[in-house]
Amino acid sequence: MVDQVLDAKGLNCPLPILRAKKALKDVPSGGTLEILATDPGSVKDFEAFCRSTGNEMLSSAQDGDVYKFVIRHTG
Amino acid sequence: MLDDTNAKSMTIIVTKGTLDWAYPPFILATTAAAMGIETTMFFTFYGLQLLKKDLDTKINPLGNAAMEMPMGGGHMAMPNIVAAMPGMTALTTKMMKNMLKKKGVASIEELRELALEAEVKMIACQMTMDLFEYKREDMIDGPELGGAASWVDVATKSDINLYI
Repeated sequence: MVDQVLDAKGLNCPLPILRAKKALKDVPSGGTLEILATDPGSVKDFEAFCRSTGNEMLSSAQDGDVYKFVIRHTG
Repeated sequence: MLDDTNAKSMTIIVTKGTLDWAYPPFILATTAAAMGIETTMFFTFYGLQLLKKDLDTKINPLGNAAMEMPMGGGHMAMPNIVAAMPGMTALTTKMMKNMLKKKGVASIEELRELALEAEVKMIACQMTMDLFEYKREDMIDGPELGGAASWVDVATKSDINLYI
């Protein structure tokens, strides 16, 4: 189970990243955040976000038009 | 040399105030701030429009041959002679804002608010304020007033400096 879920469906760049950053504040260190998005650019962007903030991308998957990312709050 | 993680500060000089040109600086500033980068925006000339309390960004395709709107599966550009007609700025602005909203793109108001929330530092160019006779009270509260030296001072210590 993830600690929090962020629904960023229908939002375009850079809102999914900005909302995720905000949501991570409420996730305890070591906890996980699941993000749902429909912006195709978010796949590369969340990879880049994790790389530069030191958070860990646990999974990145696609289900139809929806992208699902699970990030561990380690940054 | 910079590796993947050690770029820690960025400045952006914001010189343009139309609806289209307002996006790149605010998108980059908010995203950089979300990625832990200390960000400073220096607003000068037409960029100062973007600090007005009463934000009213507009767009007109006049003279911009690259601007086309998606329409009926294709794209449509507006001839200059049409774009020059009265009311076209209001019409094009409305079309663009509707399209942005439909596609889930944040408004400039929203991005500006998010930038302030993320503690993006903003500097309003004092010289341009004087030149165009803008009043401090017509501008939002966050920005401080400063000149070129204020930007140079921050820029010399920044990893990334952009001019938009």
